[in-house]
Amino acid sequence: MKSSIPKSQFKNPVINWIDTRLPIFTAANETVGTEHPTPKNLNYWWNFGSLAGVTLVIMIITGIALAMNYTAHVDHAFDSVERIMRDVNGGWLIRYIHMNGASFFFIVVYIHMARSLYYGSYKAPRELLWILGVVIYLLMMATAFLGYTLPWGQMSFWGATVITNFFSVIPFVGEPIVNWLLGGYTVDNPTLNRFYALHYLLPFVIAGVILLHIVALHRFGSNNPLGIDIKSDEDMIPFHPYYTIKDFFGLAVFLAVFCVFVFFLPNFLGHPDNYVPADPMSTPAHIVPEWYLSPFYAILRAVPDKLFGVLAMFGAIGILFILPWLDRSPVRSAHYRPMYKIFYIIFIINMLGLGYLGVQNPEGIYIILGRTCTAWYFIHFLLVVPLLNIIETPKALPKSVSDPIFSSGSSGIASAAPRSKK
Amino acid sequence: MHKFYLFLVLCLFPLSTFSAGPAEKGVSIDWGFNGPLGKFNKSSLQRGLQVYTEVCSSCHSLKYIAYRNLSDLGYNKSEIKAFASNFTVTDGPNDDGEMFERPGMPSDHFVPPYPNMNAARSANGGAYPPDLSLITKARGGGADYLYSLLIGYKKPPESFDVKEGLYYNKYYSGNLIAMPQPLYGDDVTYADGTKASIEQMASDVTEFLAWAAEPELEVRKRTGIAAITFLLIMAVLSYLAKQQIWANVKKKKV
Repeated sequence: MKSSIPKSQFKNPVINWIDTRLPIFTAANETVGTEHPTPKNLNYWWNFGSLAGVTLVIMIITGIALAMNYTAHVDHAFDSVERIMRDVNGGWLIRYIHMNGASFFFIVVYIHMARSLYYGSYKAPRELLWILGVVIYLLMMATAFLGYTLPWGQMSFWGATVITNFFSVIPFVGEPIVNWLLGGYTVDNPTLNRFYALHYLLPFVIAGVILLHIVALHRFGSNNPLGIDIKSDEDMIPFHPYYTIKDFFGLAVFLAVFCVFVFFLPNFLGHPDNYVPADPMSTPAHIVPEWYLSPFYAILRAVPDKLFGVLAMFGAIGILFILPWLDRSPVRSAHYRPMYKIFYIIFIINMLGLGYLGVQNPEGIYIILGRTCTAWYFIHFLLVVPLLNIIETPKALPKSVSDPIFSSGSSGIASAAPRSKK
Repeated sequence: MHKFYLFLVLCLFPLSTFSAGPAEKGVSIDWGFNGPLGKFNKSSLQRGLQVYTEVCSSCHSLKYIAYRNLSDLGYNKSEIKAFASNFTVTDGPNDDGEMFERPGMPSDHFVPPYPNMNAARSANGGAYPPDLSLITKARGGGADYLYSLLIGYKKPPESFDVKEGLYYNKYYSGNLIAMPQPLYGDDVTYADGTKASIEQMASDVTEFLAWAAEPELEVRKRTGIAAITFLLIMAVLSYLAKQQIWANVKKKKV
């Protein structure tokens, strides 16, 4: 690198020739190869970033195969999906992978985000890394919603109707905006066509933002379970082969669990109503979102006013963008923050509660629970997180990853990592 | 094995308990096609086809199934050809621009009882008999629900007001269904001599419709076993490789 004539390091003459002119091999090596130094104490919670990347690739590949056989027209969409399921070679497998892949993409990303919240990965200097992650998450929600419309089942149609209606709360221009989004006055063929076009586009936008996410990650490298800055080279190991093999092992376990759903419970995460063709004249008894959007649906319904409900829902996601500035504690890892650790657990339980409530009928006790959980969501981010720094005394931080006191390397939560890590 | 699924699911997804399904909890049957090694019972499928053809098909279509698909039920080509030719298909237009009628062929899809939805509604007092190709996937409770519904025509409770044109069903949401009781016992004469009780026919036609909804089920489950076995072996091998690669890092720590 220091030589005045930049020449590639690679021994293979062909690779060397290419890499000298177009340093893609160097770039790859510095991203996931031997030239990418990584903290040596990452636990299995750090596997989920690469799993998310692999899941995106699976989704794009199966999605393109589906697109070759899908017809985006209100009269043919449902039939074409059934044709894929019955007559296209391996069609059922491709569709079930894509369908369940959406859910698993969210599972992986939720765990990835929960890890970031626990170990304070969003804190300085990784604020932009976190924000780009939230952008990816938002794009994923949009993509998943658009994709769910395509089979043109009852839930597709009515979900699209409900969600596009959110925009009608915008003062003065709400209705025109909804009509503009739908391409008409109701969800119909123009809506299906544009949703299809956008559903095909957005994954590539996600891929682009992931590149930025990785660039931002490599500026300061990975955070680690201790949350301390890594000062010595001794505490670093090259990404390859250490984390490539560890990620590969994690991928095998992940795919095995994924396959349980694809092959044995393919419709468990879906809703039976989506096997009923869309009928604009008949509204299903309960319109429920897919589970991954459910917490935000619960927040929407918790607020009695439509405008403020929608604001609360978008605010709940928006709040994540400013999280790095809400949390002023200089200590990253919850391992050294006894009080944050407790509130973190409460937050996760609250989030699961919101997810559960989002698919229940809003009646009786569920209304009260929904409002309590929604209130807690905002209290957590706007009061607990900013104030905790003042009242909490963090534990003493180790000097380095190799500090003998912490030589066991794994923090408490790591013991809950995949069972196979025996 | 079902318990294992349930356990796995409960561990992974505490939030995905969807509330959908019948008013009263239906009968739960231990279907042969349940479970990770589940298979359809071919003789039951054949009897179910007979029940569908002789009873259900007078109102309900089965449009995603073609006669050629009946090979899954154990019929050979000539049997399928003979079966398909029992039905009249409107085809065309021919070279003169006329629509014409011809006997069904294996490549035809099951001929629907009504030409369109309006005709179906008009013949059934305004209620549309849904297509049955996906019925076990399109209702909460799946095959169990369908079976329960078919045997659920019981005497209504004394105070229950059964409206004109509707029928009491124990397992239907709201207990009032527009479909009159379809099975009474001995509605069909089974070729294999099985006694055609209500439960037997309900069970056979449910098995048949479960196949119609998921004809890929057997291949899917078999592929799943192979895929998961492969992945578990890959997991073990990659874990061992990981341990070996990491050995020197772990050692240095001490």
